[in-house]
Amino acid sequence: MLRTRPWVPYLYVAPAIALLALIFAYPIVKVIDFSTRLIRGSTGPRVGTLNYRLVFEDPTFRDAAKHSALLLLAVPVLLFISVVVSVLLYERMRGWKLYRSILFIPYILAVPIVGIVASYLFSLNGVVNSILRGMGLDGLALDWLGSERLALWTVMAVIIWREVGFGIILFLARLLSMSEEPLEAARIDGASWWNRLRYVILPELRGTIEFYVVVASITMLAWVFAYVYTLTSGGPGTSTTILELYIYNQGLRNSLPGMASAVAVLLLGATTILIGIRFWFNSRRSDEEVTA
Amino acid sequence: MTSHDAVAAASPSARPRRRQRVRLAAFMRHVLLVVACGLALYPIFFMVTTAFKTRADYLANPYSLPWPISFGNFSQAVDGGAFGTWFKNSVILTLGSVILSTAFAALAAFAVARMRWRGRHVFLSVNVALMVVPPVVMLIPLFIFFTDLHLVSTYQGVILIYAGLTLPFSVYLLTNFFRSIPHELVESALVDGSGNLGILLRIVLPLSVPALVTLVVVNALWVWNELLIALVFLPEDRLKTLMVGVTVFQNRYNLDVPVTMAGMLLASLPMILLYLFGQRFFIRGLTAGAVKG
Repeated sequence: MLRTRPWVPYLYVAPAIALLALIFAYPIVKVIDFSTRLIRGSTGPRVGTLNYRLVFEDPTFRDAAKHSALLLLAVPVLLFISVVVSVLLYERMRGWKLYRSILFIPYILAVPIVGIVASYLFSLNGVVNSILRGMGLDGLALDWLGSERLALWTVMAVIIWREVGFGIILFLARLLSMSEEPLEAARIDGASWWNRLRYVILPELRGTIEFYVVVASITMLAWVFAYVYTLTSGGPGTSTTILELYIYNQGLRNSLPGMASAVAVLLLGATTILIGIRFWFNSRRSDEEVTA
Repeated sequence: MTSHDAVAAASPSARPRRRQRVRLAAFMRHVLLVVACGLALYPIFFMVTTAFKTRADYLANPYSLPWPISFGNFSQAVDGGAFGTWFKNSVILTLGSVILSTAFAALAAFAVARMRWRGRHVFLSVNVALMVVPPVVMLIPLFIFFTDLHLVSTYQGVILIYAGLTLPFSVYLLTNFFRSIPHELVESALVDGSGNLGILLRIVLPLSVPALVTLVVVNALWVWNELLIALVFLPEDRLKTLMVGVTVFQNRYNLDVPVTMAGMLLASLPMILLYLFGQRFFIRGLTAGAVKG
């Protein structure tokens, strides 16, 4: 540690703290305040829990909450694909670096571009349906984005398509950083592929799995606006409206910032709980390490 | 405990059969990965091939390779969209916010990693927690506040937002890296009579070039691809970013798929090129927050 005058370190963190206060702290305090007011311009009279009651009575909000919750179903899918593919790649099969580079490419593409390209692939007369028809599966050539029943699942598939690249890279990086000795020992002892996965690899990945589940859940709840905006804009009807889109529409299009703020507070609460779970996992693990 | 290998060695006929099974398993794994790669690449293949087809060719056969190759879509896309303006705006915002975020993060991380002060552990924990707070939570108050400050529809306003949103990750990554720099190197600079800022600028930062490159790549990728903030804070045509521009462009050419795909390809080119040249920085940076989390 460098020896400094006591106030010097604060000088170094001051710009960062000022910027974090402007972009995070102040807006978070304000959004909580806004959610209890009838906002006109930049403030308004207090109305207690009115915004929250209005939100819960709004069928569009209930739809949006339901859809955001349903998108969480993508998390186990993402986890499964990422772990399986990263373990396959980890076994240093020929060409694993090339496979890795290719599987990561979707994650490099910008979400709006992915959304627009996918909206053509999945349109009624798009390529997906012409392939299905070409294979004689006319019954499966559905209106993937235009039907209320299917649109959310199609959006979810597109999200998984792009986001899975991150999961693969993440688990592979963790695997490559672990010591090879336990795995080698298990192999010499004749442990089957499945047992090596179950008793050697998965325990090593536990911390990364916990991290990934939390981050992917937060992503599905609150970072998928650009997918929905470019694929369906929330439609048809409200069948793909999610919480982020609801905040955007109510706050900026319908000029109801109070209601939008109430939903933002709920979303912040959900995120905080998820971050809390992550910290709890971490502290539990370091306790184990201390006692071990 | 008998191992499989011992059993296999004992019976002469078992070994070739086992080897065959292993080879089949390896083959299946390759099949699985090739299918996965095909799925990962197909939409990109579709975008690229369609961009080089005439509209008639596309309607006749949407999956064939483009032949003869047609460049007409690109000139039409460039004429119809404002790609130059969008590109310029995205570059300005990316450069501005990445420089600001990196500079503030380097100062803060230096203090956290190398100086003793009350609150440094709390400061770092706050940054780790803020890394995952979604921007949409701050959207409404920021918009109202920035409207009052006349920062909506300005580069400065959005640069501040992007720099702020990327700051927690930047602080976290640089703190970890600065901590790993050997103490002797820093000590030797002290003997030479360097001040604190001198140590940061002349010793720590030059040793941190790999971490800085990683950080710049990850943050640039994030800012370049961001849609929600750009959509809300830069509504004027002359200030639209590439990502917002792309959605405008699609609405205009909705029915002309080849021209739309040409536009999408133009817009993705910078990041694809950056990935091809700096792949390891992408991978290192995007996993940095997690592997030692």
